[in-house]
Amino acid sequence: MAGTWVIVEQKGGNIRKVTYEMLSEAKKWGDEVSAVVFGQGVEALAPEFAKYGADKVYVVEGDIFANYNTGAYVAQLVAMINEYQPNAIIFAHTFNGRDFASRLAQKLEAGLATDVIKAAVSPGKGVFTRSIYAGKALAEVEVTTVPVLATVRAGVMEVAESAGAGAVVKPAIAATAADVYQTVKEFIPTVSARPELTEADVVVSGGRGCKGPEGIKLVEQLADMLGAAVGGSRASIDSGWLGHELQVGQTGKVVNPNLYIACGISGAIQHLAGMSSSKYIACINTDPEAPIFNVSDFGVVGDLFKVIPVVCSELKK
Amino acid sequence: MKVLVCVKQTFDTEAKIELKDGKISDAGINLIINPYDEVAVEGGIQLKEKGIAKEVVVVSAGSDKAMDAIRTALAMGADRGILVKQDTAADEYARACALAEVIKGENPDIILAGHVAADDGSSQVPTRIAEILGLPHVNVITKLEIDGGKATCTSEADGGTQITEVSLPAVISSQVSWNEPRYPSMKGIMQAKKKPVATVDAPAIPNKVSIVGVSLPPAKQAGIKIEDEPAVTGAKLAEWMLNTVKVEVK
Repeated sequence: MAGTWVIVEQKGGNIRKVTYEMLSEAKKWGDEVSAVVFGQGVEALAPEFAKYGADKVYVVEGDIFANYNTGAYVAQLVAMINEYQPNAIIFAHTFNGRDFASRLAQKLEAGLATDVIKAAVSPGKGVFTRSIYAGKALAEVEVTTVPVLATVRAGVMEVAESAGAGAVVKPAIAATAADVYQTVKEFIPTVSARPELTEADVVVSGGRGCKGPEGIKLVEQLADMLGAAVGGSRASIDSGWLGHELQVGQTGKVVNPNLYIACGISGAIQHLAGMSSSKYIACINTDPEAPIFNVSDFGVVGDLFKVIPVVCSELKK
Repeated sequence: MKVLVCVKQTFDTEAKIELKDGKISDAGINLIINPYDEVAVEGGIQLKEKGIAKEVVVVSAGSDKAMDAIRTALAMGADRGILVKQDTAADEYARACALAEVIKGENPDIILAGHVAADDGSSQVPTRIAEILGLPHVNVITKLEIDGGKATCTSEADGGTQITEVSLPAVISSQVSWNEPRYPSMKGIMQAKKKPVATVDAPAIPNKVSIVGVSLPPAKQAGIKIEDEPAVTGAKLAEWMLNTVKVEVK
């Protein structure tokens, strides 16, 4: 039982940054680090993982792996675990990653720590910090079933380049069409020029104070100047100004960008749970007593309809 | 067709978390059905209203307090409940094993649950249940259509929306945007009192994950707060973004 496997997150050859975060983190644990990439025509990606320290790259190619499906991916990974016996397997805490890890964990009758923000893995043991109650509290948990399994939150761990050998290994293909139990009829990609909420360096969010689509437009204008993602509090989601997938908070997404700008958001506890771990927080709100000011590094008491245009024109200078 | 919905009782999402003796204190906390599970209950009831399902059974694993969550689901319109008495410290593995044991006996066509619980945020239990029962699953759905032994699910996926078909029986987990859960009516609340709820004890299942400790994240300190003409405050905010945060302007 040795080595850490990092399950690559990619779609159509586009590698998600969280993959590099996981590789960089795993490198700190001192054990051999391997990237495991599933897909079709993905062998060419191997050098990318070597740049972040991957000693080996397990390349799993085939028609049934072209897109994520739980049955085939789990069957294949179980066969590989039996053959190569890794000490730990780390997934991204994406929708696919948590689905994959949960089904695998149960198949192995093993423990699994999900949505991990801090990790230390040693032979036969993983100690992880997870955020619970959407970040209102932290739990330190220990997983001692082997391989140690965890899903890691995107954007939390530092990316560090380090040269790895990146030796390609092509494991025997064990999964067959009989392992597939979900038929994907259609995938409709989100058409947006903006980065994804959970991966963005800057997030600009709008709340009740936006009063409607006009206010949201200002939020989007500021976001686009910063190459930021747009998010919203429950008020702007429930009013239909923004899609549900953009909700930040306890029943939405938890984000931790470098900069979070809350516009017209009072800072209800459910919302604060979703963004308080951002490195820098700024807010614009008409109510000086709004709780959002208690967590903001820079708070402006004022009307977002008047303040955002000034911010945009000042940034342009 | 029989629908079974797994519900977990959780803290109200407005609850402020405090520690007592190194553990999360539930003193004075309002308990609710996990909002994601509440959506699953609503989804189950709608299947019954559409004539697709004949019965909606709601199952919860936890302490006696979880009876309130079951009664709420019954008041919304579920037909009967099962309380699986289990230590609240059960981990995702133990929880899934206990629930799967009961589900096996019920033999439902559709098993619904929220894709994640608002308290532990694990998002493991529905998928683990599917694996134990050897059933297909689809997670994070926002729409469900049932037709001739098949479920067509629209779900929130990484970078888009996915439409997936699975054969029934299957485990299907809900995203909060699937529907708008109803408030129990007065009549519903009265009727719920008469609906049957069975109580069973969970078998002793050891946890796979141990909690070493819980803590509160460091409190964020309030920083600068300014109030002036927009021309002044806007310029100062932009200056802070450029000089302190060092944002890049596109």
